[in-house]
Amino acid sequence: MEVFLVSLLNGLVYGMLLFMLASGLTLILSMMGVLNFAHASAYMLGAYFAFTISQHIGFWPALIIAPLLCGLLGAMIEMYGLRRVHRNGHIAELLFTFGLALIIEKVVQMTWGLLPVPYRVPAGLDFPLFSIYGTQFPAYRAFMLLISLLMFGAIWLGLTRTRIGLVIQAALTHPDMVGALGHNVPRVFTTVFAAGTALAGLAGVIGGNYQVTEPAMAFTMGPIVFVVVVFGGLGSLTGCFIASLMMGLIQTFAVVLDYSPADLLRQFGIIVTSATPFHEVLTVPLPRVGALLPFLLLILILVFKPRGLMGTRDT
Amino acid sequence: MLEVRDLHAFYGKSHILQGVDLVIGQGEIVSLLGRNGVGRSTTCKAIMGLVPPVGEVRFKGQPITGLRPDQIAHAGLGYVPEDRQIFPGLTVRQNLELGLKRTGKFGRWTFDDMFALFPNLDERKDNAAGVLSGGEQQMLTMCRTLMGDPDLVIIDEPTEGLAPKLVEQVGQLLDEIARRGISILLVEQKLTIALRISRRLYVMGHGRIVFEGTPADLATAASVRKEWLEV
Repeated sequence: MEVFLVSLLNGLVYGMLLFMLASGLTLILSMMGVLNFAHASAYMLGAYFAFTISQHIGFWPALIIAPLLCGLLGAMIEMYGLRRVHRNGHIAELLFTFGLALIIEKVVQMTWGLLPVPYRVPAGLDFPLFSIYGTQFPAYRAFMLLISLLMFGAIWLGLTRTRIGLVIQAALTHPDMVGALGHNVPRVFTTVFAAGTALAGLAGVIGGNYQVTEPAMAFTMGPIVFVVVVFGGLGSLTGCFIASLMMGLIQTFAVVLDYSPADLLRQFGIIVTSATPFHEVLTVPLPRVGALLPFLLLILILVFKPRGLMGTRDT
Repeated sequence: MLEVRDLHAFYGKSHILQGVDLVIGQGEIVSLLGRNGVGRSTTCKAIMGLVPPVGEVRFKGQPITGLRPDQIAHAGLGYVPEDRQIFPGLTVRQNLELGLKRTGKFGRWTFDDMFALFPNLDERKDNAAGVLSGGEQQMLTMCRTLMGDPDLVIIDEPTEGLAPKLVEQVGQLLDEIARRGISILLVEQKLTIALRISRRLYVMGHGRIVFEGTPADLATAASVRKEWLEV
């Protein structure tokens, strides 16, 4: 029971972190048709910026400044890079963001080194908040949950209660039409790209010390976020939200549920021994395939529901 | 009001528009006729800047080639696309709001005008636009563009796939638009509405204009109708 509750909370924390990354990516992909490979790089930069800033002026200013820096970088990438490359089609954009992701990784390696940096949870939040049946739940995770819930509320209010939010929602389905109605679509694109990268940066600030801040963190996180976006469906933030929580929970629970197909078969009276055919596969415990599950789900949804959970349109 | 001279447009390597010339005067209703695939919709998109235009397009005397669609819209051109492109997840009212170029900036048309013209839209103003019938979506997409208060509106095949009763409603809205002094470029395949409301007609074939004249001229030009219009 305590394993269940703690895993549930951890899954939520991880799921909300994924949503912070995936919401920006899904908006960018749905509106602009750009599969932004460099999105997770903004997550990594957020963590590194926060590490450096918190060494000088502390964690709290970093929480504000690092996402802003990422957002500024995003705006410049969109205005001076993507907008030019856009004329040459989607493949060119894809390659552009892929190159960008590699460049950012190398720059991070050159600046901060190949090894993980000691970006730690701020002292003020480094205590166990409560314990359930003897298992402690750190205050910092509750803080992560709080930040991501606030961010979720802000996105929701911004999209549903403001005029630019209305324009963004409309541009998710028919960007050309939005332009023909007199709305400056390139400016909306820049805004969304900047806001998306800022959110990814924020996820890096609060996720970098929860996980590990190292040069490979973008390439570990990137594919999962991509899975969330495809799984949730293009053009749907709700789908993206559900998919984020699902992936967060699945991955967290997969780690703690130490069972294998052989355990399942035992329930039916079938005992797997080393003489059983395929016993190597049947005895693989769930935690070892946990990292694989999101990609398995990706394949399944593409085959059975190509638009994703709640997608409103094709890619 | 709108002058198009030697307009060309390309999709990749295919040369879709091969020198289109047309003129629309202040308050004039002009129809652009022709079979599918002759470049009527591309003409609309090239004028609106949605397809890169090559050639000269002037609106109110100012060149608009090379401007972005939103700049062209702000100059006073409205566009109702053939495939309607309503925003399905937003409500009917939100769709209309997006037609406004600025919040609360009304011109010749208000929400109440639209709801009075189409009580169906009024009843469903808080419903998602995606659940409207095809005819209601067509009315919504026309109303949405009108909310931006254009001086000239390009309407691409508004009656396609609509029942005769709805075609009549579209006709009434076109009359209302004209009554408010707005110029119309109506793209049609069928002749019914076009012949009734237009002052002048253009017929397109293979990326160019092949006929220009009044509805009466077209009525006597049997060869034009046979070669370029009849299926």
